[in-house]
Amino acid sequence: MRWIRKHLLAFAALAVLVYMLVPNVVVALFSFNKPSGRYNYEWTKFSTDAWQHPCGTPGICDSLGLSLKIGITASVVATILGTMVAFALGRHRFRGRASTNLLIFMPMATPEVVMGSSLLTLFVMMGVPSGSGAILIAHIMFCLSFVVVAVKARVAALDPRLEEAAADLGATPVQTFLRVTLPLTAPGIAAGALLAFSLSFDDYIITNFNASPSSITFPMYVWGASTRGTPVQINVIGTIMFLVALVVVIGGQLLGSRRQRAAA
Amino acid sequence: MASVHAPQVEPQAPALSTGSATTPARRRRNVVPYVLLLPGMLWLVVFFVVPMITLASQSLQEGSVDQGYVFTGNVGVYGEALSQYWEQLVRSIGYAASATVLALLFGYPLAYFIAQKAGRWKNILLVLVIAPFFTSFLIRTLARQTILSDGGWVATAAKTTHVTDLLQLLRLTENDRLMASKFAVICGLTYNFLPFMILPLYASLERLDGRLVEAAGDLYASPREAFRHVTWPLSLPGVVAGTLLTFIPAAGDFINSKLLGNTNTVMIGQVIDAQFLRVLNYPLAAALSFVLLVLIVTLVAVYVRRAGTEELV
Repeated sequence: MRWIRKHLLAFAALAVLVYMLVPNVVVALFSFNKPSGRYNYEWTKFSTDAWQHPCGTPGICDSLGLSLKIGITASVVATILGTMVAFALGRHRFRGRASTNLLIFMPMATPEVVMGSSLLTLFVMMGVPSGSGAILIAHIMFCLSFVVVAVKARVAALDPRLEEAAADLGATPVQTFLRVTLPLTAPGIAAGALLAFSLSFDDYIITNFNASPSSITFPMYVWGASTRGTPVQINVIGTIMFLVALVVVIGGQLLGSRRQRAAA
Repeated sequence: MASVHAPQVEPQAPALSTGSATTPARRRRNVVPYVLLLPGMLWLVVFFVVPMITLASQSLQEGSVDQGYVFTGNVGVYGEALSQYWEQLVRSIGYAASATVLALLFGYPLAYFIAQKAGRWKNILLVLVIAPFFTSFLIRTLARQTILSDGGWVATAAKTTHVTDLLQLLRLTENDRLMASKFAVICGLTYNFLPFMILPLYASLERLDGRLVEAAGDLYASPREAFRHVTWPLSLPGVVAGTLLTFIPAAGDFINSKLLGNTNTVMIGQVIDAQFLRVLNYPLAAALSFVLLVLIVTLVAVYVRRAGTEELV
């Protein structure tokens, strides 16, 4: 009994973690199911069919490809713009700082449904056609703030004396930036880019307001499937995404700790 | 040092510079931040601020999608929107607030454990918190349908242990099902936004100096008192950030209410979505969207002021 009390916190933490991970386990488990009907909700029979034919249902891999394309483009653009903003905020004192911070914070404090619908009204009034272009604009917009927050923390923690030292040792400003500033802020930039990609890749609500029938992203495909019947391939792709994310995040951490050790 | 970032930049935004610049070096230093800010801020102004204006303008127009809209300043649409959908609006705030409280209750112990007790497991546990977030949100919500489905073992276990009866008593379900209920929607909202709660909590708890808690103990504070007077106040920035990052998206969400709820759990996001994309009543939808925005901004402003945290970003 005392042992339980002593480890109560660990048990609570573990229970919450389990609650968070159970859906992923279910997704993986049901990727080996062979459902009897159109919906993959009840366990019927073990099968690896879906794993052998991950693109086996029409449209699924096209939507995946579109989501990857939009996700990569949006995260690259948002990371470049966001990193510039983060450097301005982390490095410079200037007038309008408070309003800049507010403008960065606002998209994170606005429900997606409001951002999606307001963009729709803008695009309708300006005659901008809905589709992948409109989706891309929207994704860059809502990813930007998250990149700024991720990079800014890193820039603020940077010791300015390191750059001064580089300059004292005769490095040109460009050299200093490329060989001192950039490597030191890279983990923040990478984290921001990764976050931007996953936000873009996963977005349904904003995308739905700006999509056309020819621009079905993967989340939109899944949403449609939830009313038409869910192919097992959805679970296969969900599981692959989980594994890839795990590898990327763990790989990033290992890289980070190795660099830390090398630096120490 | 300022010249590190963009030494070749010409002072092309004199309107933005502070004007006190005299020497070229000084002027360049003043211009650099604005040049860095310009593209990103422009993007946010054009695609975030301007749409808010077009949204407000859209709500005051009359017409139809086919024949076009004319601005008539029809404020009456707001009365219509509120009288028809106040219930969904109130419900959204209520569900989001419940999910936020639950996420705080669930997230705090885990964040505390990872930050203070996990030792070398810290990084692995953090990965496990973030990893689910990388699998599509919709796929995970569909998995929750499977978990809570009628014949499933969770539903059966809940029935045999009379948890379902309790939920029914609390009006969280309307019958003996777990799926398609208020319970399922709030569970889903809590689950979906938990990482947004845990990460800021973790960030502020990680900075917490364990010696302060020890000092409180040395000064005869009970663990409970130490928590109340030391740990909790020091973690408040994380609590404020986490609750905001959970509450705001939860209030506008309609994926959980649509996939896990029933017709009595419809949230405001669902109404806005349907009015815009299916009913095509743009003015009403825009009015609802605008009301939601104003409501959230007001709540957030009051909350942040009361919590007294200035630097959130």
